[in-house]
This record gives sequence, C-alpha cells and structure tokens, in this order.
Amino acid sequence: MSQTSLRRFLCIPLCLCVTLACGLARSEVDLSGTWVAIYHEDRPERGPGPSLVEYYGMPINEAGRQRGLTWDASHLTLLEHQCKPHPADYGSRHSHFRVWRELDTASQQVVAYRFHREWQAPERTIWMDGRPHPSENAAHTWQGFSTGEWQGNTLVVTTTHLKTGYLRRNGLPRSDEATLIEHYIRHDDYLTIVKTVDDPVYLTEPLIQTSDYRLSLTRNLDPYPCDAVVELAGKPVGYVPHFLPGENPFLTEFAESSGLPMRAVLGGAETMYPEFIDLLELPRATQGGGR
Amino acid sequence: MSPETRPRGTCLSRLLLALLAGSVAFSAFGQPSRDFSAVEIEVLPVQGDVYMLVGAGGNITVQVGADGVVVVDSMFAELSGKVLAAIRELSDQPIRYVINTHVHGDHTGGNANLARAGSTITGGNVTRAIADSGEGARIVAHENVLLRLAEQQPAVPFDAWPTDTFFTGQKDLFVNGEAVQVLHQPAAHTDGDSLVFFRRSDVISTGDVFVTTLYPFIDRARGGSINGIIDALNRIIQLAVPAAQQEGGTLVVPGHGRICDEADVVEYRDMLTIIRDRVQHMIESGMSLQQVQLAGPTMDYDARYGADSGFWTTEQFVEAVYLGLSESNEQ
Repeated sequence: MSQTSLRRFLCIPLCLCVTLACGLARSEVDLSGTWVAIYHEDRPERGPGPSLVEYYGMPINEAGRQRGLTWDASHLTLLEHQCKPHPADYGSRHSHFRVWRELDTASQQVVAYRFHREWQAPERTIWMDGRPHPSENAAHTWQGFSTGEWQGNTLVVTTTHLKTGYLRRNGLPRSDEATLIEHYIRHDDYLTIVKTVDDPVYLTEPLIQTSDYRLSLTRNLDPYPCDAVVELAGKPVGYVPHFLPGENPFLTEFAESSGLPMRAVLGGAETMYPEFIDLLELPRATQGGGR
Repeated sequence: MSPETRPRGTCLSRLLLALLAGSVAFSAFGQPSRDFSAVEIEVLPVQGDVYMLVGAGGNITVQVGADGVVVVDSMFAELSGKVLAAIRELSDQPIRYVINTHVHGDHTGGNANLARAGSTITGGNVTRAIADSGEGARIVAHENVLLRLAEQQPAVPFDAWPTDTFFTGQKDLFVNGEAVQVLHQPAAHTDGDSLVFFRRSDVISTGDVFVTTLYPFIDRARGGSINGIIDALNRIIQLAVPAAQQEGGTLVVPGHGRICDEADVVEYRDMLTIIRDRVQHMIESGMSLQQVQLAGPTMDYDARYGADSGFWTTEQFVEAVYLGLSESNEQ
C-alpha cells in the first residue's frame, strides 16, 4: 500500500469518528412537534387536580405543610391570580405543548428550543447556545430562565429564576429559590419528561416526577385568552382568602374519603417511599392497592 | 441536622443582607461603619428608559433621556463615586432630580454627592447670578423625609436635605418624555414613603414598602405600620398591569432585591395580609406578645423571608406587627 493510500485508508475512519463526535455534540434527537399529554398516568393530579390536604408522596417540610393547610381555594378567585399560567415545573405535568427549534441561519446550530403550552398559553425558551444564567437581581418569571445541553440522547434542562409557584394545585407552595432540572427523553413518538425540583424553602428532599407525552400529527393547540373578572363581589380591596391555622374545615375530608390515615395524607419525604406503607396499620387490601 | 433544617444556598447572602441592614442604622445617622471598597455597582436594564443599580444599601432607579437623568434614591454616601460612574455609563446628561422614597440612610446617604454632580433646570426669580441657581440637582421627597432628616442626630448635612418637598398625596413631574408620579404612602415603612411611577416606561420604584429579601422593616419610631405597608402593596398592585399570562407588563424595582412584576408584589402582599390576619386574630383571642411569638404566626414564610440575627429579625417583625395592631385596636 502506498503512503497516499495509507493516508486515505486512515482518513476515512478518522473522518467518520469526527463526524459522529460532532453529531453527538449536537442535538441528535429533534423534539420538534406537538406533544399531547398521556393523562391516564396520575389522572387526578394531571387532570382535575388533587384533593385538599392530599400531600402524600410530597417531600414537604413543616413550613410547606402549614401553607397548604391554611390555603383556601377561594384564593384563586382573586383577580391577580386568575390568569396565572402554570410555572415551568408544574407545566411539565399538565397540558399539551408544541416545541420548535430556533436555528442560527449561518451555522444551522440550534440556538434555542421554544415551547408553547396550551393551558393559559405560556411560552418558554430553552437556550442551547451556552449562555450563562442571569444575575440574581434579574427578574423571575413563571417559566424561569432555562438552559439545555445534550447528554447522549437526553436533553438536560436547568431552570432558575422561577417565580413563587406550587407543587400541587391544592396550596402546596414552591418558592422562588427553587431550581428545576428536567430530562427530556424521546422514544420514537413518545416523550418522557423527568422533572426534579429542589426547593430549599419548602422541600426536605428533591421532588422527582415523570410525565409522558405522545407525538401528534393532527393536534392543534387552542388559543387561551384569559380575562380576569370579579368572582366574589363585595370584597374589600386587598382581600386575601385563607384559613387561620387549625381552622381549615377540609382538614380531614380527603383522609376520610380515601380511608388513609392523616399521617399519610399530610405528606413528608417518608411518604414517598414504599417502606412507609409498612409503618401504617392498613387493611391488607388497601395496603396492596397502595403499593 | 434534621432534614427540615438542611443548609440553604442563600444563607450566606441572607447573613450579608442582615449585616448590611445593620449598617443602615449607623449610616442613617452619619456614622458609616463598614468598608465599601469591595462593593461593585451592578446595572440592570429594567425597561423603557429605566435602569436599576444594585450595590450596597437600597436599590437605585435611574431614568435617562434628553432632558437629563432622574435618580430615585442614592445609596450610601461612600458609594457615590461608583454610583456616578455607573450613571455615566448610561448617560452623559446632567442629573436633574434625586427623588427619595424615604428617609433611611441607605437610600439618602448619597443625596448631597449626587445632587452636587447634577444641575437644575431653572429660571426667573433668582436673586443672585442665574448660573448659581442651577447648581446641583433638585432633591424631591415627601415633607416627612425632610422633617425626619432635620431631626436626626448627629445632624445630616444641610445639602443632603430635600430641596423640593410635597405634603399632598402626590407630586407630578414630566421628564424625558414621560410622566413621573411621586405617590405618597402614609404610615407604611415610615411616615414619608413614596412610590415613583414612570408611566411611559411602565416601571414603579417602590422604596422599602416592598423588598424581596426580608420581611418588611416597619420603622414604628418613624411612623411605620403593617397596615400602611399592606395598603402600599395594594396600591402598587392597582397601578401595575401585567402583560399576557400575568407576566411582565409593569415592572417593579423594590427597595432591596431583584426586579419584579405585579405577581411578585401579589405574593408578598398575600403573605403579609395572611400574617397580619393571624396576629390580629391572636390579639383578639387575648394572647400576649410572648404567646404570639411562641405560636409562630410567620413559620411558613420564615425560611424565605425570616432572619434570626441582624438588624431586622423575625422576632422584631412580629413584635412590630403585634404592637402596631394592638395600638390600632385601642384607637
């Protein structure tokens, strides 16, 4: 073999390796498309929402529990609260969404992924160009500030600068100091989002949840205009509905209707783990269902 | 360490804030007690012609345009050189107005230096040379700011006092193509608080009736009250209009902390209203201050806004709420 032939021989696999490496460094998996929520998973959570004082499986601390126990659902009737979108962390549990890529014209590199969710129509940007997160003095938003990077075929998104939000739609709070990490994993026409919320204010351990979506070629997302209206007439300016500590009339409602002990429904990190059920003195049938 | 008390990333910054707040009390009386050499001024665009300057002490709001520069609050005197340098990055026009949201030294300490670096648009009825009358920017504040500054000991230098005061509900200016409203909020953080509303830029500078770092400092010795602060927050909410999805729209520069919008103010208002209602209920139930402190009416917000040490602790906040409400009940 001549020297030139040898060079060609070595060059081919080398180029192939470089090409593959470049491909891996870029987004191998395109997330573009319209994704519809698979609602039979965690149906009560992702559909109508949880009951009041239904906190099992949530690693909340005492402060988070207290806020939940004093939360009055009438709070959502306030004009200022009616048109709020779900924050980025709760949004991944709820509502269909569309994804599209923003490409740099010259390099064809992905600059950002853009998300549009159906419910309340929030739009979110995941920056893919390596830009830093803004100053701690910059504004916080419902969707926060997100940056993404590919780890293999998984898009890993880090979000900071979130507004104060909620872990569940029953008053469990999530603070504006929380960080959200998401893993987007696509398997053909299915997308799994693994979210991890770390909140130093209201959680004792990170909250990890998965939600699945299916690609739709026919689904169009509906517009979602919101116009706040007075729902409770005659209330003074600044009225904020809430229950005084110990005066929540719905405290035991869910526990009684579900047959679960208060210790379980009040949540806490221990209620996330299967071992917790062994600590409860439940009828065998309930125990099996619980697992 | 129990999982309920795991370390938090912001503990250090909270401690620094507490130490900073501690220095406010001294600097307010002209006795600076800290080294500002390491402090850097961060400039953040807010929107329109308005910027936020963050350093040590209260945030500064700056509006720039062809007419000149409007500055809301002035941090500590020791930082004036850095503040002026930051302003010069935004505009080479003279400072025309320094507006004070309230009397505290971390917001008024730089008054004299900033005013001296500016000049007033003036004319007519000048007793000496016309050029002299334009020397220095005007310092605008509610009348109670002037009264409180004048009574402070050791004395605050005369050239740091407001030159233009108002005793009505508001004072209107029109600068750089937009209306600027200085809106008095009685008996809130102090008795001389003002909100400053830049109407075209759609930005409200709040002073310390709204902060994102701590429970509000209720300066009862200078006429502050919890109900006044809640009233001020409700007024900000009435003025602010969010854009779609309750995001953005009117932006808010707090006295301390990050840039906000209406939803952030709503969160803070909700919290203070809930705490106020709890303490009020406890007072009506006949509980003493000590019993209220032990009951922990703020416990679900302490990890976010509370402090165990420093200038303004949770205990002091609850005490101020309790005493203020008790006095209101007696009246």
